[in-house]
Amino acid sequence: MATESAVLPVRSLPTRTTTGAVWRRLRRNHVALAGMAVLAIFALSGIFAAWLAPYDPYRADLEGSLAGPSPQHWLGTDELGRDILSRIIYGARVSMVIGSISVAIGVALGVPVGLFAGYFGGRFDLLSQRVIDVLLGFPSIILAIVLVTVLGVGLVNVMIAVGIVSVPTYARLVRGQVLSLKTQEFVEAARALGAGTPRIVFRHIFPNTLAVLIVQTTLQVASAILSAAALGFLGLGVQQPTAEWGAMLSTARQYIQLAPHTLIFPGLAIMLTVFGFNLLGDGLRDALDPRMKI
Amino acid sequence: MSAYLVKRLLLAVPVLLGVSLVVFTMIRFIPGDPAQLMAGQAATAEVVRQIRESLGLDRPLPIQYAIFIGNLLKGDLGRSLFNSAPVVEELAQRFPRTVRLALASMVVASLIGIPAGILSATRHLSWLDSLVMVIALAGVSMPVFWLGLNLILIFAVRLHWLPAIGHETWRHLILPSVTLGAASAAIIARMTRSSMLEVLRQDYVRTARAKGLAEPSVVRRHALRNALIPVVTVVGLQLGTLLSGAVLTESVFAWPGVGRLLVDAVLARDYPVIQGAVLLISTTFVALNVLVDMVYAALDPRIRYE
Repeated sequence: MATESAVLPVRSLPTRTTTGAVWRRLRRNHVALAGMAVLAIFALSGIFAAWLAPYDPYRADLEGSLAGPSPQHWLGTDELGRDILSRIIYGARVSMVIGSISVAIGVALGVPVGLFAGYFGGRFDLLSQRVIDVLLGFPSIILAIVLVTVLGVGLVNVMIAVGIVSVPTYARLVRGQVLSLKTQEFVEAARALGAGTPRIVFRHIFPNTLAVLIVQTTLQVASAILSAAALGFLGLGVQQPTAEWGAMLSTARQYIQLAPHTLIFPGLAIMLTVFGFNLLGDGLRDALDPRMKI
Repeated sequence: MSAYLVKRLLLAVPVLLGVSLVVFTMIRFIPGDPAQLMAGQAATAEVVRQIRESLGLDRPLPIQYAIFIGNLLKGDLGRSLFNSAPVVEELAQRFPRTVRLALASMVVASLIGIPAGILSATRHLSWLDSLVMVIALAGVSMPVFWLGLNLILIFAVRLHWLPAIGHETWRHLILPSVTLGAASAAIIARMTRSSMLEVLRQDYVRTARAKGLAEPSVVRRHALRNALIPVVTVVGLQLGTLLSGAVLTESVFAWPGVGRLLVDAVLARDYPVIQGAVLLISTTFVALNVLVDMVYAALDPRIRYE
């Protein structure tokens, strides 16, 4: 009985779909491809910022400040005469770094908690769930503000704050997955075949949570970039003169009448990047597991 | 039902205690002497000593926490470091404004989101459906503060139709509530669409069509009523999100609510105000979630028996 079920139900599980099949499904989804294209552009601009940016993003030129878009400065200049296009290109780097590192923090803390709480249950589960309840008792931006109050402002602390805010989401998600997976027959079968706990958790259960984790992580990068920009805008995030999109908007609001272009382009950059991640996340959800489709 | 109510309410108690513990601990994690932090840099040694005594900072942590909770229950959240006004008074003055903004945004979000979702679902896979969904996704991708600044730019700076800042009349409420409600409208539209699609596939909808009912009647009387149950939950949960989203919107529009108070307090390191504002926002957030669960249970009896 146990050996039979070790083979059968596995096939019906979404995560056992090969990468090739997922890619084929994703390729048919034009919207998701558009998202990937947008992200590729931003990622490449971030990586090759030093070559792509027409000017030094920190070089001030007070005589040419707040100039509108022109052939010399495609997106105009800011209040210190710095080239906005160059700052947006360098800002892509900052946003990508914030997005990926804060999400990595969330995954690194949240996933193990969810795995162990879900698999072992008992006291650890009870305790971790109560802590998560409390963290979820704070609206996410408020929790980020509380953490920044304690840690102080700046790039690293913003990544830590935004990362910690996402921990409950990962822990809950993985725990829920593990709770349903651990009662599946293929886990029972593995146990019957004599597999030890670490092998069951890491070889049989964890890989099956990857589909939802990948989708969640893609969407989480979007929300991390938005949160970091929000903190930057409030003056609680990355500080001037770093070319961070939210902080750029924070300064731009003072020149809303005089130079609206300083406001429009950094905001557009945030929106397009976040939009790209959201499109890709939705597409991945459809490709990895059609049942999760809304 | 009442057993469920009691259980749900009791579950909120440890969460609120946890929230208060985090707020209590917060000030003790910041490097430096908590009494000095609470008193501000300019305070005299005498003031610092008074604060140390009133917070019991020379006593063990559990006792300090008990004092903190005791003061909290008495409605004493300390005084602002800047104008020495009691924090409770400041919050009481500002909270109704934040609530007004959040409620107005919820109305905006529902008025846009629900019809958009219905439209999208009833024209499933048409160009209109795709358009609505792309706009909805753009709506959740847009930084709320950027939308607010753009609305100010268009409707206040350029067209002079609406005021950019202030809170006195209903005209002041329009731009902030559209700003704050936009992302929620997008989420509500997506939820309404998926819920409608689910319901439209049900047998009873097919039966209604089979017996010859006109499509508008099928949608309105048979599908919509059932599809709206999960939507109510999302709208309710959005109210919590709106309250916290007000932090950004209030900063953009200089709306004198709790959110802006919190941001100003963080920038000025006014710790008693930070503690009070965070406690108030989180408590309201938790209370709203409990309320949503109860409404959901009242609408859908299956929940109560799980």
